[in-house]
Amino acid sequence: MSALIEAENLTRVLPAIVPVTLVRDVSLSIGEREFVAITGPSGSGKSSLLYLLGLLDRPTSGTLRIAGRDTGPLDDDALAQLRLGSLGFVFQFHFLLPEFSVLKNVELPMRKAGRLSAAKMRERAAGLLEDLGLAGHLDKMPDQLSGGQRQRVAVARALANDPHVVLADEPTGSLDSKSSEQVFAILQDLVNKRGKTVVAVTHDMEIAARADRRVHLVDGRVVSDERVARAAI
Amino acid sequence: MRLILELALIHIAGRGRQTIVAVLGVALGVGFSIAMAALMQGTEKDFIAQLVDTMPHVQVSDERRTPRRQPAEDLFPAVQFEGLRPKEDRRGILNPAAAFASLRSWVPGRMARSLRTQGVVRYAGRDVGVSIIGIEPDIEAAVSSVAGDFVEGSFDTLNAGGNNIVVGDTLAQRLGASTGTTIQLVSPTGQSRGFKIVGQFHTGNSARDEGEAYVLLKNAQILSERPNAINDIRLRLSDPEAAPRVARQIEAELGYKAVPWQEANESLLEALVVRNVVMYTVVGAILLVAGFGIYNIISTITHEKARDIAILKSLGFTQGNMRRLFLIEGLALGTAGSVAGWVIGFLLCFALSQVEFKLSGAGVGRELTRLPLYWTPWHYAIASGFALVSAGVAGYLPARQAARLNPVDIIRGAT
Repeated sequence: MSALIEAENLTRVLPAIVPVTLVRDVSLSIGEREFVAITGPSGSGKSSLLYLLGLLDRPTSGTLRIAGRDTGPLDDDALAQLRLGSLGFVFQFHFLLPEFSVLKNVELPMRKAGRLSAAKMRERAAGLLEDLGLAGHLDKMPDQLSGGQRQRVAVARALANDPHVVLADEPTGSLDSKSSEQVFAILQDLVNKRGKTVVAVTHDMEIAARADRRVHLVDGRVVSDERVARAAI
Repeated sequence: MRLILELALIHIAGRGRQTIVAVLGVALGVGFSIAMAALMQGTEKDFIAQLVDTMPHVQVSDERRTPRRQPAEDLFPAVQFEGLRPKEDRRGILNPAAAFASLRSWVPGRMARSLRTQGVVRYAGRDVGVSIIGIEPDIEAAVSSVAGDFVEGSFDTLNAGGNNIVVGDTLAQRLGASTGTTIQLVSPTGQSRGFKIVGQFHTGNSARDEGEAYVLLKNAQILSERPNAINDIRLRLSDPEAAPRVARQIEAELGYKAVPWQEANESLLEALVVRNVVMYTVVGAILLVAGFGIYNIISTITHEKARDIAILKSLGFTQGNMRRLFLIEGLALGTAGSVAGWVIGFLLCFALSQVEFKLSGAGVGRELTRLPLYWTPWHYAIASGFALVSAGVAGYLPARQAARLNPVDIIRGAT
């Protein structure tokens, strides 16, 4: 199994009068087609670890390789480029641009990348949204959708540039149980049907239990990293 | 790039009222500065036009810029003089006929010669000091603006038989004389003759209306006992701007002092420069204030859109993209303001051009005036250039800050 994300001794310290260590000496190797749940009590550094893995934040020490490429020497613009092409984010709050329609929100990363023609982008965005059960909502504005629908739009946006890895920060945290279930199913499909790797931070143990792999953090340290035999489909 | 533009427009449109205020601030700044520049340059041009109209463009007098060199100075490398009293020359331009003819051969424009002397007008027991100017009526009319200011008679009437004189209307009033009256003219050499008033002029310049009297050149020469002398050559050039060059050439050729109108009015022209500096300072200040308006709205947008910035950055937008986004927003406001300002400036200019003044004065028709306005695209270009620069700076400062925002901080704050 080739490692998509490879972290060695990642440490992140928030500089302050009393420095706070968010992530302590984490080494982690995540391969293709994995569904990894990062769990832990609040304040254990799960989200911080995810931001590090997602190149939103830089580690204080340690190295991080994405698809074999060391990210340490890259400048901010190169990191942004890497985020654009190989990583997709889903946050607890949908974080859609309120002034853009659903379709345009999904098109946004593609337009930034600028690899496809306008018609192709539209087609792809519509396809993704339809796959996620939002066929009738393409031209609605984000505030006309329910929480679960918005989160699905966010997933579609994360997939826009066909990244290898989707990083999710409490993707179901603000949803009711039915919507949670839907979104979780979608994330699972990403791994099973689209061959993506999903790294999800969650405190929902029920969801964590259904992941392929559970990484448990306490105080910024990995205390357990267990793989679960994949349930037969 | 189009994407950034679209985002910028959406942000601006999202803050309707504030956007309008900021745009209006720039627009008023641009509009006022255009109107002000038009007015300032208009009055300046009008003023210079009047100056050029009423004054000879180059005036050659019988003086010299530097004292004449003594022969000893040419002979020895160093000479010291003591108790030297220069030889008294005959006053006036030497060999006037030749000098006049040689100037006429190359100077582009018209010229007139005259003899200017001081004298006293005596009538009904009153003495008034005047400048007596001996002229040749047919060529004087081509050079002097007085020719167009006659209330009664003209320069040509001087040519009628007998000793004739034309005076300013104020002078005539002070003397209690009118056209047809014969007055006594007394020269510094003591000559006294009777002259009949055949014309009166009103230039609007009280010093001239009250202190100038024109007679035939030959009469002036007789009065001052200097036959054939002239001491004043006045030039009216086809291109007034060429005056300094022509004056220099005349000085080199004749050796007499030739004063271009720019030099004669140096202090006035300098005052105009100061006025322009004052104007551009005020205009700059207005646009600076408008710039603060833009700064205010852009920095509000960056605060309000912090979440959008985080989203865009997490999606893979770079710092440079974010900087450009807000810079474009600033420039867009500046551009919108500029365009609106052009309209305001144009309308203001139009309104100002409709204002009429009835200046107090003798009530001559000419003194009813409109504001002189000067139209040039440069005013529009300069004002909006200035506005765009201040908008750019005002947009850049918050843009730089917004670009530096760390998305993690905002995402953490939101969760």
